[in-house]
Amino acid sequence: MTFLLPCPHCGPRDVYEFATTGEVLTRPKELPTLRELTDYVYFRRNVAGVQREWWYHRQGCGSWFLAERDTRTNEVLKVELPSPRASDR
Amino acid sequence: MRLPPRAGERIDRSRNISFRYGTEEVVAFAGDTIGSALYAGGRRVFSRSFKYHRPRGLLCCTGHCPNCLMTVDGVPNVRVCVEPVRAGAVVKAQNVLGSLERDLMSVTDRIGGPFTPVGFYYRTMIRPRRAWPLYERLLRNAAGLGRVGGRSRRFDTEHRRARVLVVGGGRAGREAALAAAAEGPGVVLVDEGSHLAGAELPGVEVLARARAIGIYEGGLVPVDAGELLLRFRAQRVVIATGALEQPLVFPGNDLVGVLLPSAVRRLVQDWSLAPGRRAVVIAAESRGLDVVPILEDAGVEIARTIDLRERPLGTLAAEGHKGRLTRLALDGETIDCDLAVVSGGRQPAYSLLAQAGARVEYDPTRGIFVPRELPPGIEAVGAVTGEVGAAVEPAALYAGSGRTGKSFVCLCEDVTDKDLARAVREGFDSLELAKRYTTVTMGPCQGKLCQVASNRLYAQRTGTGSAAIGTTTARPPWAPVELGLLAGRHHEPTRRSAIHFRHEEAGAEMLWAGQWQRPHSYGDAAGEVRAVHESLGVIDVSTLGKLLVEGPDAARFLERLYPNRFADLRVGRIRYGVLTSDGGRILDDGTVARLGEGLFYVTTTSSGSDSVCEWFEWWNAIWGYDVEIVNVTGALAALNLAGPRAREALGRLTEGDVSNEAIGYLDARELRVAGVPCLALRIGFVGELGYELHFASPAGEHLWDRLVAEGARPFGLEPQRVLRLEKQHVIVGQDTDSESSLLSAGMGWLPKLDKEEFVGKWAVELGQDRVRERLVGFTVRSGELPKEGAQVLVGGQPAGRVTSARYSERVGTVVGLAWVRPDRAQDGSELAIRSDGATIAAEVALAPFYDPEGERLRS
Repeated sequence: MTFLLPCPHCGPRDVYEFATTGEVLTRPKELPTLRELTDYVYFRRNVAGVQREWWYHRQGCGSWFLAERDTRTNEVLKVELPSPRASDR
Repeated sequence: MRLPPRAGERIDRSRNISFRYGTEEVVAFAGDTIGSALYAGGRRVFSRSFKYHRPRGLLCCTGHCPNCLMTVDGVPNVRVCVEPVRAGAVVKAQNVLGSLERDLMSVTDRIGGPFTPVGFYYRTMIRPRRAWPLYERLLRNAAGLGRVGGRSRRFDTEHRRARVLVVGGGRAGREAALAAAAEGPGVVLVDEGSHLAGAELPGVEVLARARAIGIYEGGLVPVDAGELLLRFRAQRVVIATGALEQPLVFPGNDLVGVLLPSAVRRLVQDWSLAPGRRAVVIAAESRGLDVVPILEDAGVEIARTIDLRERPLGTLAAEGHKGRLTRLALDGETIDCDLAVVSGGRQPAYSLLAQAGARVEYDPTRGIFVPRELPPGIEAVGAVTGEVGAAVEPAALYAGSGRTGKSFVCLCEDVTDKDLARAVREGFDSLELAKRYTTVTMGPCQGKLCQVASNRLYAQRTGTGSAAIGTTTARPPWAPVELGLLAGRHHEPTRRSAIHFRHEEAGAEMLWAGQWQRPHSYGDAAGEVRAVHESLGVIDVSTLGKLLVEGPDAARFLERLYPNRFADLRVGRIRYGVLTSDGGRILDDGTVARLGEGLFYVTTTSSGSDSVCEWFEWWNAIWGYDVEIVNVTGALAALNLAGPRAREALGRLTEGDVSNEAIGYLDARELRVAGVPCLALRIGFVGELGYELHFASPAGEHLWDRLVAEGARPFGLEPQRVLRLEKQHVIVGQDTDSESSLLSAGMGWLPKLDKEEFVGKWAVELGQDRVRERLVGFTVRSGELPKEGAQVLVGGQPAGRVTSARYSERVGTVVGLAWVRPDRAQDGSELAIRSDGATIAAEVALAPFYDPEGERLRS
């Protein structure tokens, strides 16, 4: 992979400057069933198409951000900083 | 041997440069290449072919074909036709047994032909199986290219940006570069040849002898500049790689004296060398015929000129003597000649465009593949676009008449028309498969001179048109690259603590701990352990990860992240903390000290500093608490002063109160030690009274020196491992793995389930930390030391593994930690450990081996 990823702070950079934790997951809001927890911890949709992902600019500004990337072409359609709410996840 | 001086020649006859070829000294002119100088000296055979060891001479003189590969100064596979002469260079022939003129291996050409078709070794050298290593050695010695020399070289990588990157410095490339330069700065032109070295193009940075080897995702263009790899990122990439003259396929087409027109142009015009005495010129397009006046000018007699557009040939075959061309037979006529200039038309060098995503289409009227539909950001100019003038599709294969020699489709790998036909007969009916089977296009030229010919022949043999067959996928590199260039220089940084040189001065044996260099010991690990137990030791723990978590929400943030409770942690107190994942698995551990209402000082394992920082940042990107997380790992040094005399020694260096009442076990205090402001953490990883002093790195050596002067004996990682094992203190990553939960690691007390939430809580509540194995201590009374990773057996069945084991002088036996089945995790359970073929009897011990009540820590 040598595509360019646009960091919301630093602009387009070589993908090797970043770390990723993969697709954005929906974390259970309260105590899940064992099946729900297992799905959340271990299963990924692994889509061939556009996926929302977490990226971390490890060799840059040190920020986490969200990117919409087409996993087939590595085209990055959108990046944004998360807008967290302390009550929510 | 040279022609009289002529206008435009690139040699400077007033400057001599000499180099060695084998045992001869060769005198060249400045401006010569090694190839032209050898040619001027009368050399005609430049290499022996890959498989049959047939003599081969100059063919293209453009650095594309495999015919002039030699070893220069220990570097194999150098194309000497384009390698500039340098004084004192040592040039050697390669892939020969004997000399280029008498290569003993050429016997394979005379007798091996029928027995060595493509892939023969996979069919004939399969029995007996155990003999394959021998066969392999024989084959490798017989076939191939040069040998990698012993000379070590250094390669570097540079990251470059450009507004416009032009690949190819021909007329079209230069014009495109100048036009781009007129629009603004940031224009770079790279060209594989050396003739542009020092050329002045206003506003353009010209890099000669720099070859683009591919186009990767995101428009990355790596450029091979010898011992420097330039990774170019450009807003616009202009491909001007031109077109490549193609050989014809006919019997004897590899004889020395069969040349492409480009070779004639370079030999005569650049180096004033006559390529022969009597020539036949055969070309499928006008540019190939342009060599006729050049040859005449060089005094070469033109025996016949054949324009394939007007006169298609029925038969064509070359005959030779000792590998050198002597006559050409065409359509029943025989012509004596020592030079045949052939051109099957010019094929656009589209590879980089195809790699970038362009479609490639066959133009049957001209017999060439043409790039179409360029992707955004990629442009093409000049001949590579397919504007190469009228031509005619030559025959896929010209038959000879009567008994004739081999017809080569691929000179690099010695693949003949018969090999390709055989592949089709054997069922390799896809071009991609046939390519892999015959290795056509897979040699040093990477298809530059064989892709079109092999496609054409393949289309003919399978009865489909070239258009339908298409091309094989274009992949980088489009020219050979030295592996060293791709590997580059090792850029892994080495991390050294601020006290590193003191350790070296003290004779420490250093070892790698992740990126860190740390002292293993100072030569006497057992003595160092003793010093900590009996008197005083000091260890450099600067490698610990150190994070500051600050803000109004700091306590809430840590409370929600850790299974531990921190809300009730009083200012000035420390708590051991373990981080777990949502799956309930242990990620990292360390201490958390509360320095203020909204200020916490967190330490992590030495290898975990970056990942824990990222983990904190990630959760806070989700939760959005009002906290700042600062990684101060490099900014602070840390020393652990440990041993019964620690308080007394520390007291002598500070005016602060170091009594057990003022700074008790698990207290954190600010303390000025030997003039250095420190954060003193009273913790005891090594099991004795101890103070971990954290302070600004630049004061590292000063404080180290003062502590040593107070009698603290430096101890390294190895004694620390023994000391912590005596206490059964776990090292995350050494004793735990990605499956370890708190409960299984013996820390079932740690998670506070009455907290509303923490990362990893659900896994505990759902029993996902249920114990399949438990981490327990063990002793070996016999004193035998099991290896780390050794298997634990119960009733002969695998039932766990050893993670750590050391001999402890203090305990008087071998102590260790191991994962075992829960039914064996009882005090006194007997274990059998299989290590290095021996079975070692061990006994489970759940309590620490040393000071189980922790009195010494608290003293």
